[in-house]
Amino acid sequence: MKNSELVSKYMRDSRLPHIWCPGCGHGIIMHSIIRAIENLGLDKDKVTIVSGIGCSSRAPGYMDFNTLHTTHGRALAFATGIKLAKPDMKVIVISGDGDASAIGGNHLIHAARRNIGITTIVFNNNIYGMTGGQYSPTTPHGDFGTTAPYGNIDRPFDIANLAAAAGATYAARTTAFHATQMTNYIQKAIAHEGFSLVEAISVCPTYYGRKNKKGSAVAMMNFLKESFVDVKAAERMTPEQLQGKFLMGEFKHNTQLPEYSAEYQKIVDRLRKE
Amino acid sequence: MSKRIVKLMQGNEACVAGALAAGMKFFAGYPITPSTEIAEGSAEKLPEVGGKFIQMEDEIAGIAAAIGGSIAGFKSMTATSGPGFSLKQENIGYAALAEIPLVIVNVMRGGPSTGLPTSPGQGDVMQAMWGTHGDHPVIAISPQSVTEMYYETVRAFNLAEKYRTPVILMPDEVVGHMRERIEIPNADELEIFDRLKPVEGEDYIPYGVREGDLVPRMAGFGEGYRYHITGLFHDDMGFPTNSTVKAGVKINRLMAKITDNLEDLISYDEYLMDDAEIMIVAYGSTARTAKNAINKLRAEGIKVGMLRPITIWPYPVEATLARAKQVNKVLVVEHNLGQLMLEVERVVKSEAELHFLGRADGDVFVPSDIVKKVKEVL
Ligand SMILES: Cc1ncc(C[n+]2csc(CCOP(=O)(O)OP(=O)(O)O)c2C)c(N)n1
Ligand code: SF4
Ligand SMILES: [Mg+2]
Repeated sequence: MKNSELVSKYMRDSRLPHIWCPGCGHGIIMHSIIRAIENLGLDKDKVTIVSGIGCSSRAPGYMDFNTLHTTHGRALAFATGIKLAKPDMKVIVISGDGDASAIGGNHLIHAARRNIGITTIVFNNNIYGMTGGQYSPTTPHGDFGTTAPYGNIDRPFDIANLAAAAGATYAARTTAFHATQMTNYIQKAIAHEGFSLVEAISVCPTYYGRKNKKGSAVAMMNFLKESFVDVKAAERMTPEQLQGKFLMGEFKHNTQLPEYSAEYQKIVDRLRKE
Repeated sequence: MSKRIVKLMQGNEACVAGALAAGMKFFAGYPITPSTEIAEGSAEKLPEVGGKFIQMEDEIAGIAAAIGGSIAGFKSMTATSGPGFSLKQENIGYAALAEIPLVIVNVMRGGPSTGLPTSPGQGDVMQAMWGTHGDHPVIAISPQSVTEMYYETVRAFNLAEKYRTPVILMPDEVVGHMRERIEIPNADELEIFDRLKPVEGEDYIPYGVREGDLVPRMAGFGEGYRYHITGLFHDDMGFPTNSTVKAGVKINRLMAKITDNLEDLISYDEYLMDDAEIMIVAYGSTARTAKNAINKLRAEGIKVGMLRPITIWPYPVEATLARAKQVNKVLVVEHNLGQLMLEVERVVKSEAELHFLGRADGDVFVPSDIVKKVKEVL
């Protein structure tokens, strides 16, 4: 499907243009989500997109599905209620790095632990974009933010592997530069029955880029291209070659474990028979 | 009419029974004394009626999931106590602005912080009104008995559905944990209100109301109406807006849901008020102690009566004012250091002399405390 067709089929065009800055990576990830939904042939009425608060969390407002823009960090908790009430619904959560792993970190690990059938797409730009460039739980050690004027002394989360360790049964990471791969991962994540997470590395030229002298949006995209290597390729690389590189790829894909809302439905069905 | 079932029931159990009778299909929460039996009862009963229960990772998640359940079309409830009620505040405001029907039970315990976890209190009355930020509509109800817990839970659901707003049920610990005889009404004796759905064949405007109406019709997610819900100020279509005009229209409509429906929302009870010269204002279990004290005082010929707000927010202003004009003195008795007292003071002004009896040490009043206080102020 051509981009223009994709837009008219899945976007609320009266809501456009969006609020994002020129060069922001978030639009690429939103595009990948609707392309993945198109590839899967989902019924728009049977898709709910839930978000928290942040630049990234504004995406659902532009997308023509059942959409819910909640409170900062809580999207997964709202989504859990929807999924449990309506197990046939495809529930997708859009969240930022701060939204998902700082204020919402507790909900993230518990949703993953339950293996509830929600797909979480984390738009990770390594910064708090909406509030103007404060460091987040994924800001690299030593980088700058408006609240890290002397360099960030925190150590960052690896969100995809955090989710995998907490019990997510699908976990992958890719970047806004690798858009085709991103669509592919998101498609697999949405098709997956249990809890799935795709950490989509985004770029925020306005704050992260400017604070850290990363250059233009194009330069930042080139950085993604050059510094991310696939986990499989990384296995054949030397430590020297891996210096300064970040890993992407699929970290977990387990289709054996039961999905939470289906497990609960079994209790309901059993009690109703008795 | 079939015969009513008579039971010995705990207040928190009656809350669950009332919720189920009202059509509750979803509960999400986090355990906390003295509300935990509500979660436990819901966990047991909900799957039997095709409903869902989930114990979330904290109280914030509990209310968030309950709001999600309501958006998906299920009548939803969460229950908690003091510390958990504090955690829920942000999302209470969300439900008020996004107009999501929801019942929040706060079984009040003693003190700030972890305080007196197993002791009663009524210290969250002002928090129910002002706990979440910004101007917003509030409905809060305080039952005094197990039977009232049942009926007021039904009413809380009905009001939540009818006005598309969160309703806070605020029993104190005594009411939550006491066991009493209750006659369970038959289903056909209860009036149950379900949220109004979009009219089929009409264009759906998620937050649009017809001239003269205040409450928009609500589609559940997955019912074929794709629309947007946000905690930002929004236009009739549900999309964020920075228009001060639209924000003004929205907040005024939200507040009017309360101010234009006071008669429907307010419930109170009077005891021996017709010839009273002194009026006690008390609610929840404190009102039962006050009633006992009134009987003792009446036996001594002292003309004292009581006005008992059942709906505490919106406060029964008219009723209080009318009686304040009749009596010489008003005594507010509550299990805190003076919260609803401030509202009574605002209403009574100089119509009567105002007195207060309160405590916040976890111990309960006994009738003689109130008898003594009335005699002091005579
Ligand atoms: C309870 C609460 N705390 C703080 C905020 C302020 N706030 C809004 S967005 C945000 C950070 C967003 O960062 P992220 O989730 O990474 O999203 P991005 O804007 O970078 O896409 C913060 C701190 C808020 N809205 N609510
Ligand atoms: S501030 Fe950053 S994250 Fe937000 S829209 Fe602009 S570029 Fe994107
Ligand atoms: Mg961010």
